[in-house]
Amino acid sequence: MKLDTSGLEAPAPILGGIDDLSVDFAAAQSFDLPGCADFDGFQKDAVQMVKPAKGTTTLAFIFKEGVIVAADSRASMGGYISSQSVKKIIEINPYMLGTMAGGAADCQFWHRNLGIKCRLHELANKRRISVTGASKLLANILYSYRGMGLSVGTMIAGWDEKGPGLYYVDSEGGRLKGTRFSVGSGSPYAYGVLDNGYRYDLSIEEAAELGRRAIYHATFRDGASGGVASVYFVGPNGWKKMSGDDVGELHYKYYPVTTTPVEQEMAEVPAA
Amino acid sequence: MSIFEYNGSAVVAMVGKNCFAIASDRRLGVNLQTIATDFQRIYKIHDKLYIGLSGLATDAQTLYQRLVFRHKLYQLREERDMRPETFASLVSAILYEKRFGPYFCQPVIAGLGDDNKPFICTMDCIGAKELAKDFVVSGTASESLYGACESMFKPDLEPDELFEVVSQALLASVDRDCLSGWGGHVLIVTPTEVLERTLKGRMD
Repeated sequence: MKLDTSGLEAPAPILGGIDDLSVDFAAAQSFDLPGCADFDGFQKDAVQMVKPAKGTTTLAFIFKEGVIVAADSRASMGGYISSQSVKKIIEINPYMLGTMAGGAADCQFWHRNLGIKCRLHELANKRRISVTGASKLLANILYSYRGMGLSVGTMIAGWDEKGPGLYYVDSEGGRLKGTRFSVGSGSPYAYGVLDNGYRYDLSIEEAAELGRRAIYHATFRDGASGGVASVYFVGPNGWKKMSGDDVGELHYKYYPVTTTPVEQEMAEVPAA
Repeated sequence: MSIFEYNGSAVVAMVGKNCFAIASDRRLGVNLQTIATDFQRIYKIHDKLYIGLSGLATDAQTLYQRLVFRHKLYQLREERDMRPETFASLVSAILYEKRFGPYFCQPVIAGLGDDNKPFICTMDCIGAKELAKDFVVSGTASESLYGACESMFKPDLEPDELFEVVSQALLASVDRDCLSGWGGHVLIVTPTEVLERTLKGRMD
């Protein structure tokens, strides 16, 4: 039995004349499989090389005005911080954002791939793809690679004809529609702040601040999250970056150091 | 993940001109979860002798209690404080007692000797002493600390310069480590005074 993956393939080009240009995009995506006897063992080792890519905190929620998407910017390998300036919010198109948690390469590649598919859909149908459609496109691709070691935990957030849209999609094949999600090692902390401060009728500024605060508190408690807390808003006119604050400074903004009378304590050492 | 990395830590000691510095981070975590940001890893043995215990916090506290006990017995019998060299041997012996079920700590010992000569040393968890003339490091951020200290250390620094160097080295190092940081704690010990400072650092 063979899995029917024809739904994954890009729609056939409408014009025959540009066939040589579009052939790259239209060709079915395929990857070489390792030609070894112990495929499972090889896969296990390969997964271990890619999996511990990073700890993360990402979140997104729908409210009255649209969707807020926020994330930290740390990449770590075990205990080592390999970067403090990773872009974890991926701009799929001007109306849709994706978030990145899990394997960096897997997330980057498949979001870019999704971007291509969304643009082709737009050209073929003369209208933008819905968030529902885009997230299903990604979920179906990830499902077709299930068990092969992909590591993706993402949220697809955007604005389409029906208004704001938000989906959670992961490499295990899950796809959930919702109004409030957080993904990554710092997500329990982010959920704590988010659930506590969330209201549907938040203003854009209030919502952006809630997202930023949730990320900050996650970076504080979670060793694998940190760097910069960036916040995006998606409304009827597309996405807009609201803020990008270094949490190193944000901490002292939220919790200023109370003035202690003596910062340096001196103690006399009695002559031995 | 190793048991040495369970709580996360960064400890460094440096030698200056007739003085020494010992510094540590302030985090206590359980793997990636930060539990406290005001944790003490540097312990005082006497006015001119300090020990920094990186590694498993529970073992660090137990080990410290045993060291205080042994030092007090020494004080009663000898009617004087222990020399840093002697203390290092004591720590080493106590650690080796538990050769086949060690304390999961890597100590950093720093003190001023009889003629106020600075002494620093580190050990592994079963007591192999490693003496150094310039600086010693330990903890989960030890690799970055080696790098930072190697490039920032200069011999014969005055106390205030030493404070600057050791603080910068510590803060720079813990910024590359998930398991340590959240502020710092620095002690500068000179023959006449002890300078104790708490450092503001990145809280992520």
